Amino acid sequence: MSGVRVLVGTRKGAFILTSDGKRERWDVSGPHFGGWEIYHIKASPVDPDRIYASQSSGWFGQLIQRSNDGGQTWAPVDNKFAYEGETGTHLWYDGTPHPWEFKRIWHLEPSLTDPDTVYAGAEDAAMFRTTDGGQTWRELAGLRNHGSGKLWQPGAGGMGLHTIVLDPSEANRIFVAISAAGTFRTDDGGQTWRPINRGLVSKYELPDPNAEVGHCVHHIAMHAARPGVLFMQKHWDVMRSNDAGDSWHEISGDLPTDFGFAIDVHAHEPETVYVVPIKSDSEHYPIDGKLRVYRSRSGGNEWEPLGKGLPERDCYVNVLRDAMAVDSLDECGVYFGTTGGQVYCSADGGDRWAPIVRDLPAVLSVEVQTLR
Amino acid sequence: MIRVVLPHHLRKLAAVEGEVQLEIEGPATLASALDALEARYPVLCGTIRDHVTHQRRPFLRFFACLEDLSNQPPDAPLPAAVASGAEPLYVIGAMAGG
Repeated sequence: MSGVRVLVGTRKGAFILTSDGKRERWDVSGPHFGGWEIYHIKASPVDPDRIYASQSSGWFGQLIQRSNDGGQTWAPVDNKFAYEGETGTHLWYDGTPHPWEFKRIWHLEPSLTDPDTVYAGAEDAAMFRTTDGGQTWRELAGLRNHGSGKLWQPGAGGMGLHTIVLDPSEANRIFVAISAAGTFRTDDGGQTWRPINRGLVSKYELPDPNAEVGHCVHHIAMHAARPGVLFMQKHWDVMRSNDAGDSWHEISGDLPTDFGFAIDVHAHEPETVYVVPIKSDSEHYPIDGKLRVYRSRSGGNEWEPLGKGLPERDCYVNVLRDAMAVDSLDECGVYFGTTGGQVYCSADGGDRWAPIVRDLPAVLSVEVQTLR
Repeated sequence: MIRVVLPHHLRKLAAVEGEVQLEIEGPATLASALDALEARYPVLCGTIRDHVTHQRRPFLRFFACLEDLSNQPPDAPLPAAVASGAEPLYVIGAMAGG
């Protein structure tokens, strides 16, 4: 019997939601690590019982938790994230140099092939990797030491490396996104990196159209069968690349607003893309209080609103960048969590939605495991 | 032997209830108390002070005998009543957050 396990990180702990393949009845487990911020929780694709969680707090700093039994029990692993070598500086909000300071891990991306290898995206922006199941972490310093690093500047939410996408067709190719530096790619397993932001335009925040870095990329998504095609929700603008990030073009098309955070791709249809339009950078909630997912079945530009089962009025939540995911059951399930504590599921690719839970703490991240 | 009272979340992390009792070799100071605490409970490394600089995390403070010891040098002697175990050393989280 197939089923799904939804891993939810919130402001006050982690929750694990499980269901069978129908995705109608749910068991809710949690809070795990109650009272702690769980920025991200994600399982190994090769060992579904191996789950990693980023646990942090303003008081007590960063911990990483690991489960070997599908989230039933947890044990802390190493929490020492030390920048390699000379720490150096990036730009502060006022444009002055500011030393790199570790704050938290935003995102954990387990390897596609090895359950003991995990990539971790940090604030201040850096990439770390463990190859021993979290017992030790080492920085892939080629990213932070990229020549542009001294020019990176935090966005309003900090200077976090929040997105890590592993290319299933080329083991040494990794994409990352950093607020507000932009998107970067390595083709040698993380030794060297280069910015891939050509075509991104932020005419007010970044007047120079040729700026190599400084772009406020909110999230990127890829379909495993088409790894050269990337979809991006930028601060404003929904973007697409057909050449592994070498160039980007806008696909916002007929969206009612192209501001937003989350973006994802259907599990079986590489040209079906989901976003959650948010009113503006000043008003982080849906237009007119109507929560809507928008779906494009043409790889962008033409979008349809999906609202059946979602709030029709008085809804003023946000959907954060890591809070959308898809399962890979025959009929693709789509999931997202809100800052109002709801986690919604559509078991039919977005046509109809139902809340799994309504009253969790603010949701920071949603990941889904398809269990067979 | 000294006694240390940890905040709720650190007690849960260390899987302890109530006070922690620690043997310290040499003079009882904040540094030696935290060294002994982290040696007994490695999971607490980095949660009270920085891994490398050993600087106190900004939202934590140290109190004992009705005194705020947060900003005293790490190698300064703890009050005699703490060193003798008569009074505990408190690790306190700031009142902040939502």
